Amino acid sequence: MTTSNPPTPQPGAAAADGATLSAFQERPRRSFFYHARGFISGKPLGTVGLVIILFMAFLAVAAPLVAPKDPNKINAYETLEAPGANYVLGSDRRGRDVASRVIYGARMSLLVGFSSVAIGCAVGFLLAVTTGYVGRWPDMATQFLVDVLLAFPFLILAIVIVAVLGASTFNIIMAISIGYVPWTARIVRSTVLTMKEREFVTAAVASGASQWRIMFRHIAPNCVAPFLVVLTAGIGGAIIAEATLSFLGLGLPPPTASWGRDLQEGSSRLIESAPWLSIFPGIAISLTVYGFNLFGDALRDVFDPRLRTL
Amino acid sequence: MRAYLFRRSLIGLLTVLGVATATFLLLRIMPGDPAVAALGDPGKSGASMEQVEALREQWGLNRPLHVQYFSWLWGAARFDFGESLRSRKPVLEEYARKLPVTASIVILATALTLVVAVPAGIVSALKQDTALDYVVRVISLAGLSLPSFWVAVLIIVGLVRYFQWLPPIDFAPIWEDPVRSFKQFILPAFAVAFATIGMVARLTRSAMLEVMREDYVRTARAKGLQERLITYRHALRNAILPVMTAMGMYIGFGIGGLIVVEVAFNVNGVGRYLIAAVQRRDYPVVEAVTLAAAFFIVATNILVDVLYAFLDPRIRYT
Repeated sequence: MTTSNPPTPQPGAAAADGATLSAFQERPRRSFFYHARGFISGKPLGTVGLVIILFMAFLAVAAPLVAPKDPNKINAYETLEAPGANYVLGSDRRGRDVASRVIYGARMSLLVGFSSVAIGCAVGFLLAVTTGYVGRWPDMATQFLVDVLLAFPFLILAIVIVAVLGASTFNIIMAISIGYVPWTARIVRSTVLTMKEREFVTAAVASGASQWRIMFRHIAPNCVAPFLVVLTAGIGGAIIAEATLSFLGLGLPPPTASWGRDLQEGSSRLIESAPWLSIFPGIAISLTVYGFNLFGDALRDVFDPRLRTL
Repeated sequence: MRAYLFRRSLIGLLTVLGVATATFLLLRIMPGDPAVAALGDPGKSGASMEQVEALREQWGLNRPLHVQYFSWLWGAARFDFGESLRSRKPVLEEYARKLPVTASIVILATALTLVVAVPAGIVSALKQDTALDYVVRVISLAGLSLPSFWVAVLIIVGLVRYFQWLPPIDFAPIWEDPVRSFKQFILPAFAVAFATIGMVARLTRSAMLEVMREDYVRTARAKGLQERLITYRHALRNAILPVMTAMGMYIGFGIGGLIVVEVAFNVNGVGRYLIAAVQRRDYPVVEAVTLAAAFFIVATNILVDVLYAFLDPRIRYT
């Protein structure tokens, strides 16, 4: 994001050039806290993002402890109550506590966000490292697959998959993760191609290392930095995708708390009389995704300044 | 150039074919039967087994997969995408009726994006690390962080409900009656553009920052050229190229936003058509709309590459 921030220690540099630097092991080993301090002072906005992420993760994990009420408890006598002492963020038309639903909604969002990006990026990463190193027809086939997936509008693909397979947490994660395969594969492949030409790979070949060893011990670790950056920035997108599917009525079936569907339910007819129904889930989605984007930007600056144009 | 265009188009065609095949297989291989969806499950209530079979027969769903595939492909090659299973009307006809609505929104949203995002990105880069830069960056990051449907809901609440502002109901494509179309679609277009403005502004900013550090910009300064001329004649011209490429790649995401915004605003366009078709398992419609979307994405990317050659004479395609 910023280009003229005070220089921060670069934990990524060690990983990115590990193989070439290993000859000069004089580089001092800094503790985790040293790097953390550098990050906080050098990237205040990124730190804010990280705090938001950690806060949301805390809400998701500790939901039963933090939530004031049962998110699915229907109370026919206290429907559509405005935010106040009894219901901190109001109640919905079945008398369920909005605050508790927002807190439980964090579980679904973060679960889908993390796992779909992790799976999609892992598949794209493995695909790119193996076929990129081998080259020839496997590489061309992967390239074609990537082109096809990029021409497939991401959301349409997810909608079709979820609609056809049915909405379960697993299917939603699968549907969203496919969107991350081509992006990761494309970015990692370009790194693989440059790494292939480096001296340390030639040295490994000369010393008789097997293809698999070269791919996963020598090339893959050097492609992790750009990959991590895509991963962090992508989680926000995956959370939006999950909320969008829920908003379109393709998310998990009703009792489960989900920001997207709660927002949709609140927005259809109740928006004037009970705006809190849609506003609080909306704020939760936006804040979480904003956190991931802030943190992702800061990570990108620290790890790999070349990726700034992406 | 001609040979390059030919090769690109050929690869593009193959890509679109790949998308079409993937959609086709996805819809046929996976569980769920349109005949059952239309008539009801024969096991429970709904139609009898015979009725479902008869409908499958009529829709050609009981033929072997490859026969279905090639007959569909042969039809698609002649722009015959079959009939909608639900309305029994040709898909192409229905699509053609809804396309102008979506096209109007796309044109407005693209115009909004270019008019707002590119200048914002330039200003943000030129005034790097000033208050103005921070404002642009915070807002453009918000563009990436607020889901399009949430922006749509906020607009509906804010303007339509509280200010009693209502768009004209009867539809006019933007190329026939720009004023009315503008009034009708500016809000959905803004909801779509909010995300793309964020992306493009960020891209423009980083591209400009990179270019401003180039040697030729320093040379231009050294020979005493006005700062304004340096910005527009030297820097922007070079910075805009990578921005265009990235924009081409982000179209897929734009289409996603478009679908949701059409649903949120209740606009009768291609996006809502697709969602309804998916929910009813109306295979021919889903296949045709996906094919069209893939075609637009690929075509735009080729167009961007051709434009590239016009904007940058150094690039020669061979």
